[in-house]
Amino acid sequence: MNLSESFLTALDSLLANKMRAVLTMLGVIIGVAAVISLMSIGNGLNASITSEIQSIGTNLLTISTDMDNSDGYQTLSMSDVAALSDSLNAPALGEVAAMVQGNQAVVNGSNEIQTAVAGITANYLFVSNLDEMQNGNGITQNDVDTKARVAVLGSEAATDLFEEAYPIGQSVKINGVSYEVIGVLTESGSGFGNTDGNVFVPITTAHSRLYADRTRDGEKAVTVITAQAASEAETDAAIEQITETLRRQHDIVYAADDDFSIFSQADLLDTFDTITASLTAFLGAIAGISLVVGGIGIMNIMLVSVTERTREIGIRKAVGAMKRDILAQFLLESVLLSILGGFLGIVLGWIVSRVGGNLLDFETIVDAGTVMMATGFATAVGLIFGIYPAWRAADLRPIEALRYE
Amino acid sequence: MITMQNITKSYEMGTQVVHALRGVDMQINEGEFVAIMGPSGSGKSTLMNIIGCLDIPNSGTYTIDDIDVSHMSDDEQAKIRNQRIGFVFQQFNLLPRTSALKQVALPLMYAGYNRAERTARAQEALQAVGLGDRMDHRPDELSGGQQQRVAIARALATDPNIILADEPTGNLDTQSGAEIMQIFKTLHEEKGITLIMITHDPEIGEQAERVIWIRDGLIQ
Repeated sequence: MNLSESFLTALDSLLANKMRAVLTMLGVIIGVAAVISLMSIGNGLNASITSEIQSIGTNLLTISTDMDNSDGYQTLSMSDVAALSDSLNAPALGEVAAMVQGNQAVVNGSNEIQTAVAGITANYLFVSNLDEMQNGNGITQNDVDTKARVAVLGSEAATDLFEEAYPIGQSVKINGVSYEVIGVLTESGSGFGNTDGNVFVPITTAHSRLYADRTRDGEKAVTVITAQAASEAETDAAIEQITETLRRQHDIVYAADDDFSIFSQADLLDTFDTITASLTAFLGAIAGISLVVGGIGIMNIMLVSVTERTREIGIRKAVGAMKRDILAQFLLESVLLSILGGFLGIVLGWIVSRVGGNLLDFETIVDAGTVMMATGFATAVGLIFGIYPAWRAADLRPIEALRYE
Repeated sequence: MITMQNITKSYEMGTQVVHALRGVDMQINEGEFVAIMGPSGSGKSTLMNIIGCLDIPNSGTYTIDDIDVSHMSDDEQAKIRNQRIGFVFQQFNLLPRTSALKQVALPLMYAGYNRAERTARAQEALQAVGLGDRMDHRPDELSGGQQQRVAIARALATDPNIILADEPTGNLDTQSGAEIMQIFKTLHEEKGITLIMITHDPEIGEQAERVIWIRDGLIQ
């Protein structure tokens, strides 16, 4: 007897008991659906974080004080910014911007918010990819040179302070002093490190009116220097040049550690990749467990079915079925159940993933690899958990099977 | 031709060892109609299982057409059953939810015939037992006598030279039983099939050409 005959025989007996077949498949359906939907949510999360980081620019470098090696002082200053801007020191760097930041109360009439107020250089918003304006203008070099009392608001800060009113030309009070609102930024998105609630003022104004921190040498401190590597390929060279320049600037001796740290977007990307990959694997593993449970369900039903059909097996053997015929019939039954369950699970998982993506507000990704893995796994589950019942059936002695009531 | 020499078979029931056959010698010739009779516990069923290659003896030699089948593996026995022996049981032993045509085609499927050949031969066998108009009926749509005729058609499907019937009329009324016996006799007379019937019923014994009596595991 060939395989296609065994296949038809198996199909016949599944169709003879459709309700039981569906209930048996349920475990595999749910398991596969869980694998597909959870993996797709994990992959979607990864892709959305990656694209958000990439939108900031993967060649962006962020330099900040390493508080472990600075005796409590801020170590970065405007002269560091000047040194890094010099292409003789750091040829692999493009624009270099600086920012000094702290929390302030910002007031418009009766609306008051506590938020990060950042003093920035004229190129900071551009370097950080935040230079898209909803209304008005950004901070200019002239504003910086004249220590102008002007402010640019993040979109959320503007809504909180002015509600429906048009903010440009109006004034807000920061630390008791009035600033003219000259611009509002567009919404930057829902992701992490979101600056929509921030307020930006010229760095010189911030230094003289808001933040008095100084470095060990008495220079006015900056919180963060952001620099663009001239290209993504030059990121490593840029990091080296920054390190060299700043160590010289800060008179750090050979044996001492850096008093600053450099963080690249590539590092961030790697970190998030690692986190989301392990998250996806974790979700996949949980879903995989439910798939195994589904397989055990198949085994249970198949064992019951073997007992129930002992007489049928006896008849088949009496008229000439060999062991391998019975084995193939029962094994194909469980494999058919699991493959069919796997297929329905893929459909269900895809639906759940689309619905979940809509609810969580990002695009989930059902990739071919996951689908193939789930299908393969479901088939393997059917095979592995089908072997024992099928072997039990094939091994029945015909006289005992015929005598069975 | 069936030959048995000094066949013994014992099995354990709990702690007791039951000696079902204690050295059976017998010979059934090609084309004979033999009834095997004896009281309950005489070893009748065990003898039938061994004749039908459903079981193997502990010792002794059993040959069918000079082929030694007493030491065969399960799969080799399955092949012998498929090709040389047709079974008819007291409880019919048909597959549930399966049409008469498929029941009869079953041994042909295991014999490796393709679908068209199977259908053709199964139809022929069903017509031979007078069920040409009931081919698509399932067992629960057939009377006892009709079910037993399906079983006979199934036994005939692979053209075996031996038919082994275990109380074939035991579950039937007199009329159906007589009809079934008539079919058997026709097969025996027209096709020269060797007919071995295990029975309690002396009337059936009378119809046979020879009666083999068995008691306490020995041929009388």
